[in-house]
Amino acid sequence: MNIEKTETLNIRSGEDIVRVRQNVRTKALAIGLSLVDQTRIITAASEIARNTLDYGGGGTVQVDIVSVSVRKGLRLIFNDTGPGIPDIARALEDGYTSGGGMGLGLSGAKRLCSEFDIRSEVGKGTTVTLIRWK
Amino acid sequence: MARSKALLQGVLDKNADPLVARWVELQRKALKSGQLEASELESQSKKFVKALQSAVVSGDIESINTPAWAEVRDLLEEVTRARALQGFSPSETATFVFALKEPLFEYLRRECGKDADKLADEIMTASTLLDQIGLYTTEMYQKSREQIIQRQQEEMMELSTPVVQLWRGILALPLIGTLDSARTQIVMENLLQEIVKTEAEIAIIDITGVPTVDTLVAQHLLKTVEAARLMGADCLISGIRPQIAQTLVHLGVELNVVSKATMADALSLSFRRIGKVVIDRKTKKESGISESAAD
Repeated sequence: MNIEKTETLNIRSGEDIVRVRQNVRTKALAIGLSLVDQTRIITAASEIARNTLDYGGGGTVQVDIVSVSVRKGLRLIFNDTGPGIPDIARALEDGYTSGGGMGLGLSGAKRLCSEFDIRSEVGKGTTVTLIRWK
Repeated sequence: MARSKALLQGVLDKNADPLVARWVELQRKALKSGQLEASELESQSKKFVKALQSAVVSGDIESINTPAWAEVRDLLEEVTRARALQGFSPSETATFVFALKEPLFEYLRRECGKDADKLADEIMTASTLLDQIGLYTTEMYQKSREQIIQRQQEEMMELSTPVVQLWRGILALPLIGTLDSARTQIVMENLLQEIVKTEAEIAIIDITGVPTVDTLVAQHLLKTVEAARLMGADCLISGIRPQIAQTLVHLGVELNVVSKATMADALSLSFRRIGKVVIDRKTKKESGISESAAD
């Protein structure tokens, strides 16, 4: 997988989430994602960015335009150094939340992307990777 | 090290007028034509040199944060604010101060003659002073811009949450932009208050202008709908675009609310619910329904 373009944004406040969405929208447009796919990856980004802020205590997101031969895609890597997730399988269940949300953010985001990966270590932090291929 | 201010004071006293003239000329060269009225620039510059004169006489030239410099600071604040509002860049704003260096140093050079050591000292003193003043204008510029941004944010907050009455008993809430929690709170309060005020039975929440609907936005919407229901009003959601509908399904969010693709659909459903009919003028004559039937 080639990385054609990369950029890292901070997630420290609610306004940063808006900025992440705008950045993802611009890049999704740039690689020519369809309107539905744009909306999917933006919404997934919004969910995970909010998790990074609310549960991870803030962190960063790396927004990459990637390609495999002629196929292009958008890869987002969210990183935080928060408390981590003790039971990932549980966190991925629909309707489970440790906060006050709907419990659909993580599982919903997984359904909205082509590839999804989550790694977490209790006390060290969480990394979530999303890819949406064109 | 305490610096002597006698020479600087002397130069300012003796050469105030030619100094201002040369300074104004340099400033006009640095600015784009038409950015500022010549007369305004001249009166600002004259006032500033006068304020500078008295501040140098009575105050400490090593710190402009002392009371003796109050007049100079006020004047700078006024000039900077005006320029920030007119859309000057920070460097264009700071030019006001930095353009003074050349003429001032020139007169200091004339005073010192061939005494290079003295000249170096004097220029150091004057330069340090002008740098301080220049930094102050930059700070003021930043402050003015922040004030402008804050005011605009407040204005947008108010603008973006109107509740409109479409008919007796029917309210519409066209949402635009990001639904962060501060705004959602205002939206909800406005809607609930209007429901009481207009005794509305139906409220249409239109999300055509909301770019992203994620689980948090959905949750806010559902809470608003629930609260309206407790007040005795039914909510309809309109303006759900195809891509948003698909995304919501993938997210697994169930909006247990009657929703319509467009505000027009939602309005026609609302009419049906409150027992109103919309009829074409033509068919109306044919079917013989009286004028007031649609009211």
